Amino acid sequence: MSVQIPPTERLRTDTIEINMGPHHPSTHGVFRMVLTLDGETVVDLEPRFGYLHRGIEKTAEERTYVQNVPFTDRLDYICGITNNWAYALALEKLAGIEVPERAEYIRVILGELTRVMNHMLAIGFLWNDLGATTFTPVVYAFRERERILDLIEMAAGSRMMPSYIRAGGVVADLPEEFMPRLQKLVPHLKRFIDEMDTMLTKNEIFRARAVGVGVLKAKDAINAGITGPVLRASGVKYDIRKADSYSIYDRFDFEVPVHTAGDVYARYLQRLAEARQSLRIIEQAMRDIPEGPVTSLPYKQLSRLKPPKGEAYGRIESPKGELGFYLVSDGSNKPYRFRIRSTSLLNLTLLREMCLGHKVADVVTILGSIDITLGDVDR
Amino acid sequence: MPAMSDEEIPRNILLTTVDAVYNWGRRGSTWPVMFGLACCAIEMIAAACARYDIARFGMELFRPSPRQADLLLVNGTITQKMAPQVLRIYNQMAEPKYVIAMGSCAISGGMFTSYAVLQGIDEIIPVDVYVPGCPPRPEALVYGFMKLHEKIMKQSIKTVPWFAKEPALRPAPQPQPASE
Repeated sequence: MSVQIPPTERLRTDTIEINMGPHHPSTHGVFRMVLTLDGETVVDLEPRFGYLHRGIEKTAEERTYVQNVPFTDRLDYICGITNNWAYALALEKLAGIEVPERAEYIRVILGELTRVMNHMLAIGFLWNDLGATTFTPVVYAFRERERILDLIEMAAGSRMMPSYIRAGGVVADLPEEFMPRLQKLVPHLKRFIDEMDTMLTKNEIFRARAVGVGVLKAKDAINAGITGPVLRASGVKYDIRKADSYSIYDRFDFEVPVHTAGDVYARYLQRLAEARQSLRIIEQAMRDIPEGPVTSLPYKQLSRLKPPKGEAYGRIESPKGELGFYLVSDGSNKPYRFRIRSTSLLNLTLLREMCLGHKVADVVTILGSIDITLGDVDR
Repeated sequence: MPAMSDEEIPRNILLTTVDAVYNWGRRGSTWPVMFGLACCAIEMIAAACARYDIARFGMELFRPSPRQADLLLVNGTITQKMAPQVLRIYNQMAEPKYVIAMGSCAISGGMFTSYAVLQGIDEIIPVDVYVPGCPPRPEALVYGFMKLHEKIMKQSIKTVPWFAKEPALRPAPQPQPASE
């Protein structure tokens, strides 16, 4: 006996509002979203920040220029080196400081190592968000992170908060055993990235969850000021290392990879490709690094630095996108204004548009693919 | 206790106290809350991963729900906006519960002496172990775990508040309005 089901109208249900975060295992820190759901579909999303707002910009106005370096470490706490670099660049512009050749090479090597590390962690956490439980991909990413951190620790003395790149160069020269370790590490990282590529890229479950999810159109991304891998995965070839070349990036032969789909999968591929290019830069920098002094401004001079009146904006291509520091000097030894153009906050602005119409489980995936750090969002 | 003949011992009989077994069991399965505030959270994850591997102490199982966890690792800067949430997580945990303040921010506000930051988590919840550093290395965190284990081993089932006949449970801390 067959039951004839009459054609009904679409079942009408109420929407439900749920609160995700600030304590949630997949929000990458203390981020809160207010989701409005129709069944499992996201119909509205409202991000709420500020749970890690520490008032860095205001506090920095009361400290001298060199005392502000440790604050930059704690913005995007996964990549301390590149944060130091952006601040040092702004300060060098403001005070007209020259940087020795060797210091530039050291900056490039450590900066690109940081990029590799950040992208590996981003992929690891993305997989964690996808439900690769008991965080296996994260364990692999952290295994390689430890190896990179060993090198950063060797140079700077600290694992996560190096404060190593300061205006005028770097704090200290690399120890003797650094280069041999790096020469061993680079091929190892290459193998690791290949390994990730083989194990993850063609995974059927991953493709089902990531392809076509959270599509970001190039035009929207440009309008919202999104930068970094998220922008390039949407098909815009914009990399500050090429567009507004700073330091010595014009000497290296590397490409800016671009993907056009703009979805979670493209962002994953983008990070993989960028990590490969970073290793290429490190190889060239390792080959060409000259001998010489590593700083033009010894600490005693740096701590008494009084830049002339004026303003400067220094920006770099941090692993997450454009990171800029805008400094205004009134001629004293403290900045009059210390403005941070943080990457993660601007990359997060289109989260709602990316998530609308997707299932609630995709929200964490999309958030993971943007790769934010809450220290950078809230400052 | 009745005297036991020496013959019993080769037949796998162990003599111990209830305290020792009870504390040994709790020490070997102190599950932390999966909870990250700021920078130190990354070092906490590093401690859970391959090189430092806190699975050696039975602590690798991070519970997303505070109801299933024994240990709250306060790892990072507690802002005035986040403080009520941390307190809520603490109050949701079931006894016995322990708190580790990881890093200078959780201990004293650290370098952030600003309008937005709570100057130490011990202003709102009781802390068992302080692990200094900015951020502490994973080794330091592991040492903090060792200290916590020592503390657990010293507790006696006769005196712990959660087994008392008239439970003198610690009153749940309540959120206070942020002072000026």
